[in-house]
Amino acid sequence: MSEVVLSLRGLTRDFGALRAVNSVSLDIQRKSITGLIGPNGAGKTTLFNMVAGALKPTKGTVTLSGADVTGLSSDALFARGLARTFQIPRPFRRMSVLDNVLLAPPKQTGETVVGALFRRGRVAAEEARIRDKARDILDFVTLGALADHPAGKISGGQMKLLELARALMGDPDVILLDEPAAGVNPSLARILVERIEELNRRGVTFVIIEHDMDFVMRHCDPVIALAEGRVVFQGTVAEAQADPLLLDAYLGTAA
Amino acid sequence: MSGVVSYLVFFATMAAILAIVVLGLNLQWGYTGLFNGGVAAFFGAGAYVTMLLGGRPEPGQFGGFLLPFPVAIAGGILFAGLLAWFFGALTLKLRHDYLAIATFGVAVALESVARNAEWLTGGAKGLRGFPRPLEASIADNFLYGLFFLALVLAVLAAVYVGLERLVRSPYGRALRAIREDEEAARSLGKNPVRLRLQSFVIGSMIMGAAGGLYVAFYAFIGPQDLAPILTFQVWAMLIVGGAGNNRGAVLGAFLIWAAWTASGFALATFAPQAMQLYTGPIQYILIGSVIVGMLLWRPQGILPERIGQGRR
Repeated sequence: MSEVVLSLRGLTRDFGALRAVNSVSLDIQRKSITGLIGPNGAGKTTLFNMVAGALKPTKGTVTLSGADVTGLSSDALFARGLARTFQIPRPFRRMSVLDNVLLAPPKQTGETVVGALFRRGRVAAEEARIRDKARDILDFVTLGALADHPAGKISGGQMKLLELARALMGDPDVILLDEPAAGVNPSLARILVERIEELNRRGVTFVIIEHDMDFVMRHCDPVIALAEGRVVFQGTVAEAQADPLLLDAYLGTAA
Repeated sequence: MSGVVSYLVFFATMAAILAIVVLGLNLQWGYTGLFNGGVAAFFGAGAYVTMLLGGRPEPGQFGGFLLPFPVAIAGGILFAGLLAWFFGALTLKLRHDYLAIATFGVAVALESVARNAEWLTGGAKGLRGFPRPLEASIADNFLYGLFFLALVLAVLAAVYVGLERLVRSPYGRALRAIREDEEAARSLGKNPVRLRLQSFVIGSMIMGAAGGLYVAFYAFIGPQDLAPILTFQVWAMLIVGGAGNNRGAVLGAFLIWAAWTASGFALATFAPQAMQLYTGPIQYILIGSVIVGMLLWRPQGILPERIGQGRR
C-alpha cells in the first residue's frame, strides 16, 4: 500500500573532524508529512542539504522515486521533482514577488540566449501560460496582492509562503521545508499549514524540520528524531508522544 | 561654428563607444552581479585583434592583414569572448571581491603584454594605420565623421535592443536571480555556473566590439588605452547612470564622458600652468570622487533598476 518515495542509506557527512550526519538510513513514504525533529546541531539541516543536493555526502546514497540521485546538484534535483525551502528565507530581494515565482519552472525556452533573442513568439506564449500558473499559485498562498512588490520588502512569514510558491512552480513530488513555522505570525502559520495539508491531499510528500513540538505533533506523521547526527527515533506521532525518553533527552522541552 | 559641430560629433562618437562598453558591464554587473575589475582587458583585446586583422602592414611588425572591417572586428569580438571564457571558466566560481581582483589582474597582465610584446603589439608606441570602413568613398572629413558616428550609434542601438530583449526575457530573470542568491536559484533548477559564464562572455564580447570601433575611430591603439583608468571610468558611468538599467548605462556614459572632457578642457584653459602638469591625476581624483559620492548618496544611480510593476 505505502510506497517509498525517498530513501536514504548510510548517509554521512563530515566537516573536518566533525561528523555532522552519521550513517542515517530512512525511508520517506509517498504522500506522508514526515516531521524531522532534534535539538540544535543534531544535523537536520545538513541532512536536508545533502538530500536537496546543496551538499555532497561523504558517504551513503539517496534514492528518489527509485533512481539513485546521490551527489546530484540541487538544480538537477529540482527538475526531478524535489524542492526545498530554506530555514532563513532566501527570496530574490530585488525582484518582484511574481518574478520570484515565474523563475522556477524548468526548461523555459526563453531561458537560453538563443531562445530569448530569436524565439520570442514561443517565449511569449510560454510566459502567458507560466504567468497564469504563477498567479494561481500566488493566490493559493495568499500572496496574490503582493505580486508586484519587491520580494525583499515583504514580511518574513510572507517570504516563507513565497518560498513554498516558488517550489510549487516545479510541480514537485517531494518538498523539504526547513522550519516553515519559525518566526511566522500565527495567522500566516495557519495559512501555511492549511496549504501544506491541501497539497498533501493532492499527493505531495513533505518532510518538515520543525522545532515547534506542537506543530509536529499536530501536523506531522510519522516523526523522525535526530541527535548528534544519528536517527534516535522513528515512528508514529502516537509512539513519539508515548516515548518519555525522546521528549526529555532530545527535545529538552516537553510537548 | 563648424569647429564646434565637428567637436560634438567627435565627442558623441567616443561617448557612444564607451556607452557600448558600459552596456557590456551592465549585463555582467547590473544583471548578473559579476564584478569585472578588468573591463580594459576585454576592450583592449577586441581593439588589438581588430587592429592586427584589419590594420595596414608595417615592416617588421606582425599583423596588418588588411581584412575588411566587419571581419576584423568580428575577430576582435571573438577574441575578447575567448579571453573571457578562458578566465571566466577559471575564476567564476570565485565570490565577488575575488573575481574583481582576478579580472583586474588579467587587465594588468594584458596591458603589460601590450607594452612589451613589440613584435605583436608594437610595444609602448602601439599600432597605427587602419583603413576605416568606407573611408575611400566618403572624401569629406566632416561627412566621414558623421558617417562613423552613425555607424557607432547603429551598433549601440543594436547592442541596446539585443540586451533589452535578453534582460526582459526569462533569461534575464534567471541572471537576476543568480545575482540575488545563487544557492536559492540553484535550488529552483537554475545552473548558476553556466549562466554566469555566458553573461561574462557576452558582456566581454560587447566590450571587445567597442574596442574594435575605437581602433577604427582613432586608427591607433596603444597600451595606455588599456590602462586601469578606463575600467574606473566605465564603472563610474554605470554607477552614475544606474546599474541594472540599460538606459541608465547609456546616460551614464554620456554624462561622465562629458564631465571628463569638460574637466580636462577646464583644467587646460583656466588652471595655472604649473597645475596643468597634473591634469590627469586631478581628473582621476574627480572620477574617484564621483564614484564614492554616488555610492554614498544615490547608490541606485540616476535611473535605478525597475522592479515589478511597469517593468514590462
